Amino acid sequence: MTSIHIIVFLPLLAALIAGLGQRFIGAVAAKTITTAGLFTACLLSWPIFIGFLTGDEKAYVQPVMTWVQSGALAFDWELRVDALTAVMLVVITTVSALVHLYSWGYMEEDPDQPRFFAYLSLFTFAMLMLVTANNLVQMFFGWEGVGLASYLLIGFWYKKPSANAAAIKAFVVNRVGDLGFMLGIFGVFWLFGTVSIPDILAAAPDKVGSSIGFLGYRVDTMSLLCVLLFIGAMGKSAQLGLHTWLPDAMEGPTPVSALIHAATMVTAGVFMVCRLSPLFETSQFALNVVTIVGATTAIFAATVGLVQTDIKRVIAYSTCSQLGYMFFAAGTGAYGAAMFHLFTHAFFKALLFLGAGSVIHAMHHEQDMRYYGGLRKHIPLTFWAMMAGTLAITGVGIVGVGGFAGFYSKDAIIEAAFASGSTYHMYGFAIGVIAALLTSFYSWRLMFLTFFGKPRWAGSEHIQHAVHDEHHHGDDHAYNGAHGGHDDGTAGYHPHESPLPMLVPLGVLTLGALFAGFLFHGGFIEAETGKEFWANSTLYFNEHLMHAMHEVPLWVKLSSTVAMLTGLAIAYLMYQRSDDAPHKVATMFAPLYRFFLNKWYFDELYNLIFVRPAFWFGRLFWQQGDIGIIDKYGPNGSAALVNFSSRMAVRMQSGYLYTYALVMLLGLVAAVSWMMVKA
Amino acid sequence: MIGIEHYLVVSSILFVMGVLGIFLNRKNVIIILMAIELILLAVNINLVAFSAFLGDLTGQIFAMFVLTVAASEAAIGLAILVIYFRGRGTIAVDDVNRMKG
Repeated sequence: MTSIHIIVFLPLLAALIAGLGQRFIGAVAAKTITTAGLFTACLLSWPIFIGFLTGDEKAYVQPVMTWVQSGALAFDWELRVDALTAVMLVVITTVSALVHLYSWGYMEEDPDQPRFFAYLSLFTFAMLMLVTANNLVQMFFGWEGVGLASYLLIGFWYKKPSANAAAIKAFVVNRVGDLGFMLGIFGVFWLFGTVSIPDILAAAPDKVGSSIGFLGYRVDTMSLLCVLLFIGAMGKSAQLGLHTWLPDAMEGPTPVSALIHAATMVTAGVFMVCRLSPLFETSQFALNVVTIVGATTAIFAATVGLVQTDIKRVIAYSTCSQLGYMFFAAGTGAYGAAMFHLFTHAFFKALLFLGAGSVIHAMHHEQDMRYYGGLRKHIPLTFWAMMAGTLAITGVGIVGVGGFAGFYSKDAIIEAAFASGSTYHMYGFAIGVIAALLTSFYSWRLMFLTFFGKPRWAGSEHIQHAVHDEHHHGDDHAYNGAHGGHDDGTAGYHPHESPLPMLVPLGVLTLGALFAGFLFHGGFIEAETGKEFWANSTLYFNEHLMHAMHEVPLWVKLSSTVAMLTGLAIAYLMYQRSDDAPHKVATMFAPLYRFFLNKWYFDELYNLIFVRPAFWFGRLFWQQGDIGIIDKYGPNGSAALVNFSSRMAVRMQSGYLYTYALVMLLGLVAAVSWMMVKA
Repeated sequence: MIGIEHYLVVSSILFVMGVLGIFLNRKNVIIILMAIELILLAVNINLVAFSAFLGDLTGQIFAMFVLTVAASEAAIGLAILVIYFRGRGTIAVDDVNRMKG
């Protein structure tokens, strides 16, 4: 029993106790057990991470038990601990522990809290299983486990039809990606005869240049395998084409969005690409695919994020966009930068989500930013936390001096894309800079709409309900009486700061957003220290690229900062200096605005291409196949036959003696005739 | 000269009349009893005719047995009829359908 065993299995134990035993131990005990379990796991994880940073720890594999021994297919439950795992361990356990704590406040009035906490812990276990996997099958186990937990948590409020629909959508869209991942695993086993990750990575260079028949074509083996595996990553990490589930997943409770749909599960795809980076390095084609998909997703999601009005959806599209950054970093070969952005992003994006949750909590579950405004003075702590998150995500910093978390990681990605220099990578570089501008714009737009300006709460139904209820219950807690007119836009509502369990996670994550980049960039992306750090993992660390990254021209280094400032300036001009600028711009570019507002019409397109034909097929099989053939000739047919024959038999039972006598006679005649003819 | 064929024809006619009497009769149970009597008589004529034709007395003895059985059967049938009439107040054949399924 080592600390890694405890880290991985404690959340499972807590989830089982809280989930199955909630009736016996009660809600408070269930919440305490899961939260305490996660904090323990978190405290045990940091020393491992620090150990790898200082070079005290070396990569090792802890066996758990035998799993499958079947001919050539043999693999065990194992916990692999290396630098890559350690990064994910601290991200997962820290964010998860903080989200558990946060949920004490956020979910306070929910009747189903033990179930919620059990799901959260179960998710954490599955995610830890994914990142400690030493073979692809165990990784797939974790992969599906987090998918299940995500499904359960998105649909946590199962009485809301929209939440159920979103949960099903997330599950189904992920199945598409999982098919790619599974085909990738099958292909790897077929090619290498093993699913053990170190063995695969060791054997991969020998197979370069081989080709394989796939769907009737000869294709390059490594390219095919990598692209298939990447399709799996696209599904889980919501990349362009398979991203449609992520914005809908915001139907779940906000802590869930912070944990699963920002910090951990959606980064599983990035983690997988980094874990298998030596495999991806064998195929330039696959890397180009990764770069293009990542960069396109970054710009796509950023443009959609510009026009969303739901605070959680803005952050969801922002997540999608940042995941795009991570992927194109991986595509350029800067896996260290990808992992670094994953690491910093986990802190500041979880912070933004939890901050948004705090705003939503204060605004009585109103999520539309058009009805916010002027909240800076009412919920100052949340404001400052969100401010730190925004500074981090937009990458505020001074070149050569220092800055917030996103400054280090995002600039590293953009510089690495420029430094590696091929056409695809320059595409990534250009997109990266433009997306940085858009990121800055939508992030500051969120801040300005929410915290600055005048209150616009009066238009919100949620707020009106809240004021109404307070009024009728004679509780002046949040109601300032009917004397003061409500022409100030507040509708008489007084938002109040969130309780302590929600503020503490915000504080801790603020520290992460402020210092994660500054403290850890050495280990992740600096050429020498990074090489030592990543040597203890399967991550392919391109030392040459990391050197080149620091020697890019000054204008490249400044480009993202300039983009950030431009975005800030535009947002300031549009939402602070003017009242109707957004409206004017929207009318001026009406077609473009509608295109972005409708998310590039992806949902409509999928509805037309996949959903409706699927429904049509379903209806065909149901009406024609099931009802028309199977039911008609199967159960219903035989029942009708029995019914018909018994009705015929009843008709023969007339009850009249002469009928029976006639039948007897006819029978007798028949029998006698038969005897005579036969004789 | 009256040969065996004539006897057989008469007995066949009697037999068919008996059978039709059972099936076509819609009115009275007594008629059914009479029809059964006719059938038995047709059989008796057959037995006696063959007995004389073949010079074997067994047939005629059999005919005596049949007459005895027919007499007792008529007695029992009539007794049932009386009981039945007491029970249901009618002996119309169309009303006798208690065995209807």
